[in-house]
Amino acid sequence: MKSMKTRILIYGAVAALILISVGSYSIAAENEQVIQITAKRFEYSPKEITLKKGVPVVLEFTSLDRLHGFNCPGLGIRMDIRPGKVNSLRFVPDKVGTFPFHCDNFCGSGHEGMRGTITVTE
Amino acid sequence: MKVDRRDFLKLAGIGTVVFSSGLGQLSNLANAASGKDDFFFVQLSDTHWGFANPAVNADSAGTLKKAVEAVNNLKIQPDFIMFTGDLTHVTDDDKDRRTRMSQFKDIVSALKVKNIRFMPGEHDAGLDEGAAFKEFFGKTHYTFDHKGVHFIVLDNVSDPTSTIGKDQLEWLSADLKKQKKDSRIVVFTHRPLFDLYPDWDWYTRDGAKAIEMLMPYSNVTVFYGHIHQEHHKNTGHIAHHAAKGLMFPLPAPGSVPVKNPIPWDANQPYKGLGFRSAGAKVKETRYAISEFSVRGEKA
Repeated sequence: MKSMKTRILIYGAVAALILISVGSYSIAAENEQVIQITAKRFEYSPKEITLKKGVPVVLEFTSLDRLHGFNCPGLGIRMDIRPGKVNSLRFVPDKVGTFPFHCDNFCGSGHEGMRGTITVTE
Repeated sequence: MKVDRRDFLKLAGIGTVVFSSGLGQLSNLANAASGKDDFFFVQLSDTHWGFANPAVNADSAGTLKKAVEAVNNLKIQPDFIMFTGDLTHVTDDDKDRRTRMSQFKDIVSALKVKNIRFMPGEHDAGLDEGAAFKEFFGKTHYTFDHKGVHFIVLDNVSDPTSTIGKDQLEWLSADLKKQKKDSRIVVFTHRPLFDLYPDWDWYTRDGAKAIEMLMPYSNVTVFYGHIHQEHHKNTGHIAHHAAKGLMFPLPAPGSVPVKNPIPWDANQPYKGLGFRSAGAKVKETRYAISEFSVRGEKA
């Protein structure tokens, strides 16, 4: 009987944790800013992105032709942009400034010029 | 200035001199040439055949030919010549890529030394996973042995994500297992295996795995290209030596916000371009590196 009570308490605690987690996710998801970015030889669109410090953001990348990359060293974020899918990068900007990004998967003759900037404001 | 035998022996580090280089003070190499297995090879890199921008290289059609002539003018010819990638400049057109490779192959066929080894750079192989390169030059990764030294050519460019890849790493592991822990091993790559400056693509994403595999071997040296300048760095006991390019120099790692070719200086044509020799003193596992200008002068 004691064992049954313990089990009920554990299940209850787990259920409560799940609810709290789902609740937190919902709150975060509601606040998230979603920005859709297309990548193709040899440009991003948009290539200038403005974000707010501390506001969660999802960058949704779609490649229109081949494998590209996204690397923003100043914010410490990168990902491969593979064609045929939405490539989502979720992060929270933690500093103010203008941060260049570039394609870091070699994509052809204009690869070196495939660049953009993220500006994070207060 | 042509280099005579005595000077060249000095430059190649197999003469009776003591000299220092970017590697630090090298030991006295007196009588090195008497070692029956000692030899030297020449490394040429980043020839970027097909590149055309007079503001960056006013002699883009002639630079490689001059380098070929300079190597041919060496009084003592190397045992072999290694091209460490970016033989051609990138083009998005598959047909043009093959045309450039054909032209490049024709130009370097004028080299007196016929033992020539090739490997791709991302400009050659990054868009078609090395398909055109293989048609003209064969495998993108392979090994060969020469006078007691085991040479490993690693391909870190055919995958556009700057990786060597699982399959090739397994191949490397299997090859290394055949070597003794004190075997003389030289690795050729295009990109640096270590994180020289990742923001400029001057790294290999899984290069640390290759270095980890090489670490148990006591005599490993890496020669690479890609960064268009001389650079020397050690990861533990493994020395990594980057070569100059033969089309345009690039700025020092992280020295400017954006990586762009250094413009042509009409007062100092070919500045920052060149090739190198590496004298292998096999018994002592030392490589005496000398840098040469496009015209064959000691840089």
